[in-house]
This record gives sequence, C-alpha cells and structure tokens, in this order.
Amino acid sequence: MNLGSGKGSTSSSPLKTGDVVSDQFPAGLRVMVVDDDPTCLRILERMLRACLYEVTKCKRAEVALSLLRENKNGFDIVLSDVHMPDMDGFKLLEHIGLEMDLPVIMMSADDGKSVVMKGVTHGACDYLIKPVRIEALKNIWQHVIRKRKNGLKDAEQSGSVEEGDRLLKGCDDGDYSSSVNEGKGSKKRRDEEEEGDERDDSSTLKKPRVVWSVELHQQFMASVNQLGIDKAVPKKILELMNVPGLTRENVASHLQKYRLYLRRLSGVSLQQGNLTNSFISSQEATFGATSINGIDLQTLSVAGQLPAQSLAKLQAAALGRTTAKAGVSMPLSDQKNLFSFESPRLRFAEGSLHHLSNSKPMNLLHGIPTNMEPKQLVTLHQSTQTLGNLNMRVSTPAAQNNPLLMQMAQSQPRGQILSENADSHATRFPSSLVQPIVPNSISNGVLGNRITGSSNITSAYNTVPQNSSLLSFPINQTNEMPVGNFPLRSTPGITSIPTKAMFHEEGTSGITGPGGFVSSYDMFNELHHQKSHDWDLTSTGITYDSSQHANPLQGNIDVSPSVLVHQGFPCLQQSVQTRDSTSIGKPLFSTGEAIHQSNLQNVSQQHLNNLVDSSVRVKAETFPDPSSQINNLFSDQYGQEDLVTAFLKQQEGVGPSDHDLDFDGYSLDNIPV
Amino acid sequence: MDVGQMQRQWIDYTKSLFLEGFLDGQFLQLQQLQDENNPDFVVEVVSLFFEDSERLLKDLTFAIDQNGVDFKKVDAHVHQLKGSSSSIGAQRVKNCCIAFRNFCEEQNTDACLRCLQQVKQEYCLVKNKLETLFRLEQQIVAAGGSIPTELSFSG
Repeated sequence: MNLGSGKGSTSSSPLKTGDVVSDQFPAGLRVMVVDDDPTCLRILERMLRACLYEVTKCKRAEVALSLLRENKNGFDIVLSDVHMPDMDGFKLLEHIGLEMDLPVIMMSADDGKSVVMKGVTHGACDYLIKPVRIEALKNIWQHVIRKRKNGLKDAEQSGSVEEGDRLLKGCDDGDYSSSVNEGKGSKKRRDEEEEGDERDDSSTLKKPRVVWSVELHQQFMASVNQLGIDKAVPKKILELMNVPGLTRENVASHLQKYRLYLRRLSGVSLQQGNLTNSFISSQEATFGATSINGIDLQTLSVAGQLPAQSLAKLQAAALGRTTAKAGVSMPLSDQKNLFSFESPRLRFAEGSLHHLSNSKPMNLLHGIPTNMEPKQLVTLHQSTQTLGNLNMRVSTPAAQNNPLLMQMAQSQPRGQILSENADSHATRFPSSLVQPIVPNSISNGVLGNRITGSSNITSAYNTVPQNSSLLSFPINQTNEMPVGNFPLRSTPGITSIPTKAMFHEEGTSGITGPGGFVSSYDMFNELHHQKSHDWDLTSTGITYDSSQHANPLQGNIDVSPSVLVHQGFPCLQQSVQTRDSTSIGKPLFSTGEAIHQSNLQNVSQQHLNNLVDSSVRVKAETFPDPSSQINNLFSDQYGQEDLVTAFLKQQEGVGPSDHDLDFDGYSLDNIPV
Repeated sequence: MDVGQMQRQWIDYTKSLFLEGFLDGQFLQLQQLQDENNPDFVVEVVSLFFEDSERLLKDLTFAIDQNGVDFKKVDAHVHQLKGSSSSIGAQRVKNCCIAFRNFCEEQNTDACLRCLQQVKQEYCLVKNKLETLFRLEQQIVAAGGSIPTELSFSG
C-alpha cells in the first residue's frame, strides 16, 4: 500500500486535516471506532488492525467525542454505530462533522432505507450494514482522501492544491479495487478543475453575484452559531464556511442583512407570541428559522408567531445545539424558504398557532442552545422548551399571512428537511418541512393538541429521513384535494412531497403510495426552485413519518402533519400514520389534507375553522393505509371542504393550476409513483 | 484419539454447525481473523458474545415481564442482540431476533414472549455447540496439534 515513490514524508502537507500521510497509506490510517456492543467492537478492532490501520476503540460516544476533541488531528476517520445508549450515532456524527470535520462512517444492523438515508442526510460518508465484513473496511481510506481533497479545494491555495494532488495521485495503488480507481480518476479531474477555478477566481475582477442558497445560508448560520453571534466576523465566518469562491465581502454583506433580520425578529415580542410576519422578504426568508427540531420555525415565523429573527435564532440555536454547525438538526437549510414567501400565508399558521398554545408545545426550541441572544428569541432561551411555546405565543397574527404557506413555498430541498442533522449542506432542512411543522403543529394543536405533532415534529425531524410515511398521494387523482404535500412514502426523509405537482391534480405522478417516494428529494429540489409559488409544498413530506420513531404522533399524527401544514395547509390533518416507518402508509398530506386520526377530526374541525378562514379544513380522517388514505383524501369522504381547496382559495399567489389547490410548489410529476 | 482424528472431528463438527444453520459465513470471517498473532480471537469474541447476550436476555426478560411492556426498550435490546449475534455468525439467534423485532413493532406481547423463549432456546443451543467446538480445539492444541484453518466443504 505504498503511495508511491514521490510521496515521501508529508509532514509538511498542507492538508486541511493537518494529517500526515505516510508512505504506507492507507496503512497506519488512524481509525476511531465507536460501538456499545463489545462483541462488535472487538471484531471491528481486529478487522481494522488486519487492514493495518491504527485503531482506537470506544464503547461510548461521549468518550469518543472527548478523545476526538483532545486530539483533533489524531484521527483520520471515525466508524460509529447508529444505536447507542448514551448518544445517538447521528448526533455523534453531527458533532464530529461540525467540530472536527472528519469523515464518519455509520454502521448498524439496521438496514432500513430510512436509517440509511438518515445517515446520508446527516452527512455520513458511508453506511455499513452489520455484520461488517473486512472487505468493506479495506476501502474506508477512500473517504479520508475524498474529504481531504474537498478540503483542499476549499482552501484555494495553489500550494495545498499541489500537495493535495500529489497526495491523491500518490494513492494510486493497483491493489485497490476499481471503485478506488474511479475515485482517483475523478479526483484528478477535480484537481484540474480546481486549479482552473482558482485561476478564474483570482483573475476575475468582478465576481459573479453570490446566490445565498439555503445550503449556503445554512453553512453561514452554522458558522455564525459556532462563532457566536457576537463574535461572528466575516473573516472568521468565511474561514469556517470554507466555501470556494466566497469572499469576505459576500459574507460581510450577508452578515449585515442577517443582523438586520435578527434585529427585526427581536423586535417582536416573543413572549406574547405576537410574531409578526416579517418574513416576507426573501432575505428574511433566508434567515427564516427553519424548523428547530423539526418544527417548522419558519412556518411559525411566517405565521407571525415566531419572529423571523426568532426563527433564525431558533435555528441558530438549533444549530448551536450541536455546537454550531449546520449539522444541527435545525432545518436551517431551508431558511431561505422560510421566509421567502411573499405572502405569508399564515392563515393556518395563525389559527394553528393559537392552538398550538394549547397543545403541547412543540419542541421547537428544543435543545436550543443558550447561545442565542436573549433578546432575540425569548423563547429560544427556553432551550428545552418546545417551540410550541413560541408558537403558542403567537397570537393569531392578524394576518392571514400564511407564513406557513410561505414556508411551503420555499421549496427547500427536501433533503434538508430530512436531515436535520445532516451536514449543513447536505441536508438542508427544508424549511418547507419546518414550515409545515409549525402549521402542522398548529393544526395539530388545533386538532386537539395533538402536539404530538410537537413531539412528532421533533421526532419527525429526526425521523424525517426515516419517514416513509410520506404519502404518496395519488395526485393523479383528480383530486380535488390537491394535496401537494403528500409525503411520499417511505421516502427517507422526504416526507412531504410537496412537489409542484402535488397540487396539480394532474394526477400525474402523484404520489404514489409507499415506495413511490424516493424521488421526493428531487421533488423537493424542484419545489425549491419553484419558489415562485408561495405554496411550495416542499418537504412537508419529510417530517412525516416519524412513525418509526419513538415519538409517533399521538393520535397517529406524524410529524408530517406538521409538515403538511407547513405547506400552507396548516389545518391539514395529517393522518400521520404513526405506524412504524416500516409501514408504508404514512401519508403525510402536506396539503391541507391532514388526515388525522379520528380523534383529531373533531378537534381539527373546530380548529380549522378557527385557524383558517375556514377555507381550509382539515379532514380528519384516519388513514389506515396510505393508499387507502390517499383515496380517502381524494374521495368525497371529506365532508369538509378540502383544506387544500379552501386554502387555495385563499391563496392568491398560488401557482396557476386548475385545481383549487394550486400548489405550485409541487409538481406531481416529480413524485415518483 | 490422535490429533488427526480430533482435527477431522473438529472439521466435521464445524461443518455440521454451518449446515444446520447455527453458524453462517460471518463465523468463517472470525476464524480467518485468527492467526498466530491472535490465536484466541474466536474464543475471545464468542465469550464476549455470551456475556453480552446473557445480559441482554436478562434485560429482555425483565422488560417483557412488566405490566406495561415498553416495546421500544424491548426492541432496542433485541436490536442489539441481533447485531451481536450477526457479528459472530450466530444465524439462528439472529433470525429469531428479526422475528422478534417484528412483533415488537406490532406491540404483540404474547408473540414477544414466545419469541423471547425461542431466542433463549436458540442461544442455549448455539452456546452449547460452540462450547463443544472450543473444547475440541483445546484438546487438539493440548495434544500438540493445530486447529485446521481451512474448512473445505468439499469433503
């Protein structure tokens, strides 16, 4: 496993990780393996040693984390089990990603798609199914190289680039499998591109305008949170963000806007829950608080319940929770979405918010770190408090703004929603998810305090990736209920499928039942891009399906309902099937169709009326089965006016569609049927 | 019995464990990891497995005996048992765990009770088998022989 002659010592390697790559690479790779199962741990250790790696084993995540912190450059890669008693593997993953930026490989005996997806969204480099075979371990070094390579790219230093190139090229070892070779090839290509880019960057006088995508903003937020809002200076933020091509000026101007946004947020008195809908501007939207803990803060904010700033704070808090980095479960990623909706369609939000107060608070603020500025979000300080409080407070904003809608409009990449914790970039938390959450929560609350939604929300978030309960609403159906947000089933993380098409009753792709989902991600992306519509029913799906998770929505409302709500159908009762994610059926109707378990029905009805200008009615219907539910949704079972329809009526910005529910955001076409 | 005979016996016994489904390919992996630098690796790992499993089974019994069964907890334990049993190749135990988990999902107490019994049974069986195997190994080594490293199934 020699790197090659030229490599020599790399002690002076400017690799970001600062690690020295020996000639014997990958021999000597410093691996940290974390697993609470002593049997597995011992076996892995033995296998890794057989691969000639230097192994450090830990039974507990906390111990591993402290070891990693003490010796930041002492390890090259981390292998961690998913299910651990003291700390969830994904949480550890987040921490590591944020603090040390080491490649992390997750392992589990659980090979469920949702769990694997969760790994992806949380930023794991790889996911190994147990029992792990030694062959799988032989190639883990590729992740180290890949990460370094990407790191070098960011560094924009020709020197480092060269080193990196040498290093990468040095890894040319014939013994490696073809996958490795492919990697090398691509690396080389990237090297060339990288150099090209650098040249371009330095030579262009006029840099192209930077688009602060949700992802980028999330990175920004993560960096800011890590530094602390007070200490966040553009230079440091820039360094932390480590985005190639981004300049200090870009960051500075963005920071300025962000500060304004925060100031605006703090202007709202959270305590009273009088959140203003200040999220109209897209700028704000970007700062919109994504859902913390899966709660769609944005929606909340949109709903006026949560000041944009608060949301941001929440988000930041959420970010900060995990020691700040985008990895935090906050669905910051979709910050953009959060507030970018022109017309806050909080209709639901408002109503629901009220209810939220009644319902158990959603743990929106859950875990919000105390680093949030006090003035910012009062509620934020309630670190352990659920956002629900925030939401609760939100008095029904006069508006019928549908911040929720707004959020929905922000079709953030669904992927984000899914992975709250995913690395900042990868998993943008689709604000859409977040958004609906709020509304959902609201609706949930409305529905009789089903805040289970709140719990669900949180769980939903976490489980987002696992939520398979996305409904695959058969959008195809002529549905009168343009349920745009039917969570695609089993879409890992993409619960809400708010795809544009969703509401198009074109009935095209529609969301099919379980299994149809995988493309939800795509949909989300689509949605995201279709921000034009307020109704971006994005990601609602993602939050759905928390069924798997421990906090199934009570009353079987998956988080998704919140997600759905987010979509602007706050009242949507989502019949979240709390079934385990394994059950496919969790249809999360982001669109007003919150099919809620029967218990919700009554409540929801009332609430809905309150919430929405009665335009949206949540149909509380239990979904025994996703497919049937979908049918239900579309059938006339809904005595009430379709929420979606109602909602749509109220909407004016909704994309053009013949349907009442014109949720442009989601194109059904994208929904994998 | 001479060493050669013992070795053949060991081979046959091992093969039978595979054929009867007590062990699967993962166990072979463990055996391959054993070498002169790690001469007791398999015994070491299997002993860890026994210890861990006994603790898990105890916890499981306790959890299921409760009036209000916490299925999440039960599921967590079973998941862990599934992980460790699959790591050493205890196939039948693992399969029991898989079924067990399904019932946990369904929150079916009776079925879970039955599964627990089954898991315990399978665990005892494989434990006996492995202990027998290790005893054979000890005898071979004591007689000056070495444990066969290649298990060819062609014979």
